[in-house]
Amino acid sequence: MQVGPLLLRNPFLLASGIWGESGRSLAGAWAAGAGGVITKSIGSAPRAGYPNPTIEEYDSWGLLNAMGLPNPGIDEYPREIHEARSAGATVIGSIFGGSAEEFARLAGRMAATGVVALELNLSCPHAEGFGTEVGSTPADVEEIVRAVRREVAIPVIAKITPNAADPAGLAAAAEKAGAAAISAINTVRALAIDVTLRRPVLAHGLGGLSGPAIKPVGLACVWQIYERVSIPVLGVGGIETADDALEYVMAGARAVEVGTAVTRGGIGVFARLAAGLSDRLDALGIRRLEDAVGIAHPSGS
Amino acid sequence: MRRIVEVTERVLETPSTVTLRFPYDPPADPGQFVMVWVPGDDELPMSLAYTDPRSKGITVKAMGDTSRRIQSIAAGARLGIRGPYGNRFDLSPRRVLIVGGGSGAAVLAPAAERAIQGGSTVTVALGATTAAELLFRGRFERMGARVEVATDDGSEGTHGFVTALVEGMLARERFDAIWTCGPEVMMQKVARAAAPLGVPVYCSVERHMKCALGMCDACALGPYHVCVDGPVFPAERLLPLEEFGRSHRDPSGRRVPFGSR
Repeated sequence: MQVGPLLLRNPFLLASGIWGESGRSLAGAWAAGAGGVITKSIGSAPRAGYPNPTIEEYDSWGLLNAMGLPNPGIDEYPREIHEARSAGATVIGSIFGGSAEEFARLAGRMAATGVVALELNLSCPHAEGFGTEVGSTPADVEEIVRAVRREVAIPVIAKITPNAADPAGLAAAAEKAGAAAISAINTVRALAIDVTLRRPVLAHGLGGLSGPAIKPVGLACVWQIYERVSIPVLGVGGIETADDALEYVMAGARAVEVGTAVTRGGIGVFARLAAGLSDRLDALGIRRLEDAVGIAHPSGS
Repeated sequence: MRRIVEVTERVLETPSTVTLRFPYDPPADPGQFVMVWVPGDDELPMSLAYTDPRSKGITVKAMGDTSRRIQSIAAGARLGIRGPYGNRFDLSPRRVLIVGGGSGAAVLAPAAERAIQGGSTVTVALGATTAAELLFRGRFERMGARVEVATDDGSEGTHGFVTALVEGMLARERFDAIWTCGPEVMMQKVARAAAPLGVPVYCSVERHMKCALGMCDACALGPYHVCVDGPVFPAERLLPLEEFGRSHRDPSGRRVPFGSR
């Protein structure tokens, strides 16, 4: 299937941050049926991330995490991408930087590894100097996307934060600067406190919430972004079933990313989603997924 | 879900190894691990050395800063515990050889206990740097296992690595399975020695861990995630991996050879 300039074998991408530190893991997600795999966000230098606890698990809502952007750095990481690409995987490279210049430099290095597209992490909610801190105003988003576009020829996807007053405005800025697609959303800024200990559970304090709890938030963002931009939108946030994915598609997404569901149902979630989607499209009388994009909007498709 | 527990007992097992016991009633089987949080400090994966229904225990060797601080925890202190996570030893083999190096005996002792309770015969090859560091020797003997030891400095038992001891045992006796935990190079040698004899070997493997939920990829080992696919692996899955016995990943995900920092 075609999603803007991206050719995907199915609409379910492995979201960034899950299984993406090693090439073998990315290859494993591909073998399990992901339509494409997005790497862990890679920065200029190796980064250990925050100390543990980096995770709080909720039975029904999902996960709270503050990993702190751990990654092996752009010098070491190409061997992992090589391993994933050797297994035939469609790999999208995620990068994070502290400035437009750093993003541009990383973009060039990442593009040279042979990834089919870049996803810019403009949205990690818990890393000082990165993510949301450089991607929460339209002007910043525009500057970063423009700098990256000057550097590389491959498609650029801007991953947008929900932790801003107007996520759709950020998406519009990315489109104006030449982004090929938008992915929305990253995790929702969140906190857990242990009342016995009277302190935050995560070592970093604040973290980001993912999983079923944030699906309605993601849907609202995709809905509003779809009304503001004409480039494709990748929906992400709490997708565990084919109907979750269809909600995103009807809100305006052309494909989706799946992350936390992997921890809740195993990597087999990709095969289940693909099978489930085909059943649901039949049952709902929708011929092709493309026909459902944005159809929940009053203006229809 | 994480639970805050109070340490009820602290036992100095060897000069470098301490056991902490605490009430924790989620059911656990030998081989599984918990994530242990020292509030204000790090959280580490720790194999369960005691898997009783109502109380659990971890046996910690002083390795890095955090394990050193965990060791210094006194009875009454609070820990955050989540889990148990990971898979288990298959306790069905009738004649089991256990090969423990250093603190590796921690995860093997409860497995031996359950196996003996189930009617299996357990033989233990225990290795350590020196006699005083032989972990759970008395515990193995009390449960009815036959124990042979090796020390690097020759202060007791076979002088040298436990693998030399194991090679001798494999030549003399028949076993239905080998369970091993310890330095990865040791486990690799055990697996290679047992392979031609057709004795299945199960290794309990350690990697840096963050989420313990199969998400973050910190514990990636070949195509596996040690936290959910392990920590117990049949050796034939590990031997073909280029990392096994050679490298692990640091907290950033970089591949680091064993023995370097």
